[in-house]
Order: sequence, then structure tokens, then C-alpha cells
Amino acid sequence: MNDGRPKGARNERPIAFTTVSDLPIERLYTGKDLGPDWSPAERLGEPGEFPYTRGIHPTMYRGRLWTMRQFAGFGSAEHTNERFHYLLEHGQTGLSTAFDLPTLMGRDSDDALARGEVGREGVAVDTLADMEILFRGIPLDRVSTSMTINAPAAVIFCMYLAVAEKQGIPSAALEGTLQNDILKEYIAQKEWIYPPRPSMRIITDLMAFCSREVPKWNTISISGYHIREAGSTAVQELAFTLADGIAYVQAGIDAGLSVDDFAPRLSFFFNSHNDFFEEIAKLRAARRIWAHVMRDRFGTTSPRSLKLRFHTQTAGCSLTAQQPLNNVARVTVQALAAVLGGTQSLHTDSFDEALALPSEQAVTVALRTQQILAEESGVVNTVDPLGGSYFVEALTDRVEADALAYIRRIDEMGGMIAAIERGFPQKEIADASYHYQRQVDRGEKTIVGVNRYAVEGQGKPEILKIGEDVEQAQLARLAATRAGRDAARWTRALEKLRADAVSGANLIPAMLECVRAYASVQEISQALVPAFGTYQEVSVL
Amino acid sequence: MVGDARKLRLLVGKVGLDGHDRGAKIIARAFRDAGFEVIYTGLHQTPEQVVATAIQEDVDAVSLSILSGAHNYLFPRVIELLRERGGEDIAVFGGGIVPDEDIPGLLATGVKAVFTPGASTESVVEWVRAHIPLRALG
Repeated sequence: MNDGRPKGARNERPIAFTTVSDLPIERLYTGKDLGPDWSPAERLGEPGEFPYTRGIHPTMYRGRLWTMRQFAGFGSAEHTNERFHYLLEHGQTGLSTAFDLPTLMGRDSDDALARGEVGREGVAVDTLADMEILFRGIPLDRVSTSMTINAPAAVIFCMYLAVAEKQGIPSAALEGTLQNDILKEYIAQKEWIYPPRPSMRIITDLMAFCSREVPKWNTISISGYHIREAGSTAVQELAFTLADGIAYVQAGIDAGLSVDDFAPRLSFFFNSHNDFFEEIAKLRAARRIWAHVMRDRFGTTSPRSLKLRFHTQTAGCSLTAQQPLNNVARVTVQALAAVLGGTQSLHTDSFDEALALPSEQAVTVALRTQQILAEESGVVNTVDPLGGSYFVEALTDRVEADALAYIRRIDEMGGMIAAIERGFPQKEIADASYHYQRQVDRGEKTIVGVNRYAVEGQGKPEILKIGEDVEQAQLARLAATRAGRDAARWTRALEKLRADAVSGANLIPAMLECVRAYASVQEISQALVPAFGTYQEVSVL
Repeated sequence: MVGDARKLRLLVGKVGLDGHDRGAKIIARAFRDAGFEVIYTGLHQTPEQVVATAIQEDVDAVSLSILSGAHNYLFPRVIELLRERGGEDIAVFGGGIVPDEDIPGLLATGVKAVFTPGASTESVVEWVRAHIPLRALG
């Protein structure tokens, strides 16, 4: 009997066997799927060696576990400082800071557009006074700190440097990561101030400054995370992120920097979504593509420049508000994929994140999930345990080939900035996200507890609420800081920054002086607008 | 204009600083595919801007997507401004990350419906067909 399906398929369920991103998956993989020329030496290499497919360290997690880094930030600087101390006491090894929307947009808490948003999705930071409280009691030479901030990244980084100065810690001792990835803002996250080209100058200024003054700092975390959350496929996440990386390296070279002076401080940030093998393939392909890009396009042979290091976060967009405890299982699978993909650090989402900011209980379960993977599951005992699997290698090759095809198209458009200006990645993501939503609506893709196995009237867990008092307290502190600062020093500092924006001098020293003078995020950001202009998106539906 | 033949006109708005536009774009496309006319505001609009666009474009309803937690301020503010500016018959509904316990309060301020994560685009389209009438345009 012929039902139109391939031979042998009659014994299979009549569904499409595809990844969450819709890549087709075969029933069985064998050596034939890798092709006659497939060479382990060329495609994989040894762990810690070019092209780093199997990982960037020879010993991987036998040498050092990944950094367990839970993103935290809500309410006032006092609230977040308390959460930081809580996480450090419970075994977390790095800090990760979430800022509120006004801060991400370079606006102060008293700006009209900030109404109702102060301290709601992250911590509110207006001036150095807030940053001093945020890191109170935390010796900055003993933690590594990641800060998720982009358009005003340089301002917030200067505040961190100023806090370290006050603690008496030399900038060379500071370790951490600034997200500072403005290109993905235009593509996906949509928190911008200036147009792309002047924004790139701030970034190259920061790369130049850090290569001299803060050599252990990761200056950009080139982020696929938000691209994926905006609805991209795994391949799009990989391709657009690496194309952003190429744009940053090119910008650094164009600014006169030597590639090996700044490339080792570029790190990446990927999403880990539900489709277990697709995610592992994506992470393995990322390392291989980047190593080839750095060697063949930018001519470096320094292993520190060739190695793609990355942070991973489990997929917030995969979590459901319905039956929220199911999210613990999703996060576990996603975290395991990140580990088998060779991540250097990991954030596991809390099960209540589709409802509100995470509660303390949910954050603890998320951290414990990582500890269980690291210390109970045994997956850390050997390097790249899936290397050589016919399926994993074939899928890695497929994801790599599809991503390279995108990168070629972006090159043909004149690079990522030109592609963004014509709305290319934005449109591709919107198409993919709509396609997936239609599949979910039609039941072709399953979301457990939402379009299958749904139940009515289930209980909801306790959630964290941010009171209105946070906004009031923040406004009061900002007013007090403005009233108490040295007005002459503040004026001089902002004038110097405006002048440097026009002259083309490196902006970071003048910005640091503005911060020391307690100029606010918005005052500093706006000082650059006369020279840089502001960005207006051309919306693509 | 022949009133009977007119298509439903919907404004899809992103209000506040929230940059999460995945849901807004999906719902805008779903409305368009359902045969409605859609005006999408783009990002980072103030309530004043959204209301000005709604009135200028003679829309039948304003749908807001809010994932920032600022819904308790932004929804009532848009309704208040619509009333002040002669758009009191323009319905307001929306969706996003809105805790269940906030929904009765929003409905009491005049929001017609709040869709939360997991709502299918079909269910939203069906609700619009059932609940949003064509306004009599002057």
C-alpha cells in the first residue's frame, strides 16, 4: 500500500519530523550523511585546537566548570544588591545585572517616558550614587560582573570603573562582561539611542580604552539571545550573531586597532531553546565558523582570537505561564544542551518568568538545576561526549552551511550595518516568528500545557511584585543627587564630552569624568546627541 | 465612504519603552491576514502619540502589547486620553505579560479584553470579530 510517504515510513507516526526551527530530521544517520570527504581532523580537530568544534579547552569541564551566572536586577539598587549577596552566599560564582527599561534607553527615572517603568524589569540606575549602592559590600576584584546594557553601555561601564576607584581597586584587576552589542538592538531587542554608525564609534572607543586600561574585561557580548527571543530560527540566531561579530571586528580594524589586541575580549551570548540537538549543533557550528572567520577573513592565528567563548541562557520565550512548574523540565533540557554544546557560563531561567520577575524560590531551583547537571549528572566527565555522533555531526554541518549562506547574503548587502538599514534581519525574524506562531496555532508544533494537555483553572505560584514605592524612592534619590553634586565640575565634564564627540577623541575618559561628577545616564547620553543624532526605526511587519 | 463595505480598522500599538515587539508584529500580521486594516505604530510610543494616531487614522479599536509590567499605568492612561480627545467610542484591548490578578482592575478602567501568553492568534481574531463593531465615522 502506498500512502505517499517514503518506503518504511508507514511504521512511523504521520507527523513532520523537524526541529523547532523546522529543519527536517531523518530517521537514521550513518556515515553516509557526512559525505565521503568528511574528515574528523579537519571538521573537528582536538578539543582546544582549531577549529574548536569540540570545545575551546583540551580538558573542558574536567578543568573548570562553567560559570553559573544568574541574571538579576529589579526594583531599587538596594533590592538588587540584596539579591546579589543572596546569590553569592548560595554558591553563584559571577554577578549578572539587569537594568530597567529607562536605563536601557539612556533615560533617567524622572523622564516622561519612564513613567510606570522605573525598577520594573531591572534595576534603576540614574547616577553613580545608584551604582555605589548596587555593588555595596561586594569587592569588585573578587567577582566577575556581567552587565546587560547596550545603548548607554559605556556610561554604565564608566560608573563601574568609578565604583572600583572608590573601593581602591585598579581597573586592570576588574573582570566581567559588558553586553554592549548595539547591532542586535536594531535587529531584535530594540533599545537604542543613536543610529548604527555613530554607535559603532562608542564601541570601538571602548575596545581601545579597555585594551589599555581594563585588559581582563570582555568589551562586547555579541548576542544571539535576543534575536532568538524575537522569534528567529536557530540558524538565523547563529548567522546574524556571527555577522554582527564580523561587523565589530571590522570596525575595530577600521579604527586602527590590531585584531589580536581586541578580538580576545569579544565574547558571545547564545540562547538555548527546546530542540536539544539543534541547539548543540548550533553551538558547535558557532565555534567552527568563528575560527574560520578569524583566520581566513581577518588573518589572525592567535588562538585567543580564534576561540569563540560564550555565555548561554535558556530560552525565556519557551517558558509558559500555564502550568509553570513544567518550565523546570524545559530549563533542564535546555541547560543540558548548553553544557553539551560547551558553554563557558550559563543562566538558567526561573520557572515563573512567564508570569513576572523571578521569585527567590524559583531562582534557587534554577541555580540548583545547574548544580545538579554539574555535580550529579556525570555529563562533565568527558569532553564533547556527542562528538562523532553521525546525527550530531550531520546536523552541525547543516546548521553551519545554512548560517554561512546567510552570512554570504549579508556580505553581499555590504555587511550587517547595511543589512540592518534595509531591514533585512528584522524581516527574516518577523517571518520566522509568524510562521512558528501559525504552526503552534494549527497544532503542528506542540507547547505542552498550552496547545496540548491544557487544563483549566490551575493554581499560579507566588510571584514577585514591584511596588510603586520604588519609583518614588528612585525619583527622590535622583533629585537629592542632582542637588548635592558639584555643579561647576558637572558642567565642565559634560562640555568636555560634547567637545570630544565632535573632535573624534576617544570618548571614554571624558565620560568617566562625567560619571565621577554624578552626571546622570540621560545627561551623558544626551550630550552626544548633537554630534550623533537619534535613531528612528523603519518598522517592518 | 460606504459604511457597510468598510473593513475594520485596528491600531496595533507598542507604548512605553518596552522593545519586545514579537507579539505585536505577530498579532498585526494575524489581523491583516484576517482581513482587517492594520496600523502599526512602531516602538517606544507615548500614550499621547498612540491616541493621536488612533484619532487621526479613525480606527475602530486600539490594541496594545505591553510586556514591561507598566500595564497598570499605560492602559488606563490611553483610555483617559482617548476620552479627553473625543475618541471615547474607540475600544481598547491588548495583551502581554499581565498577571491574572491585575486583569479585573484593567477591565474596570474600560479595557475590553486582556490576552495573556498562550492565547492563539485565532482566538484573538475571533474575539475582535465578535466584540469590535465598526464605528460610525463622522
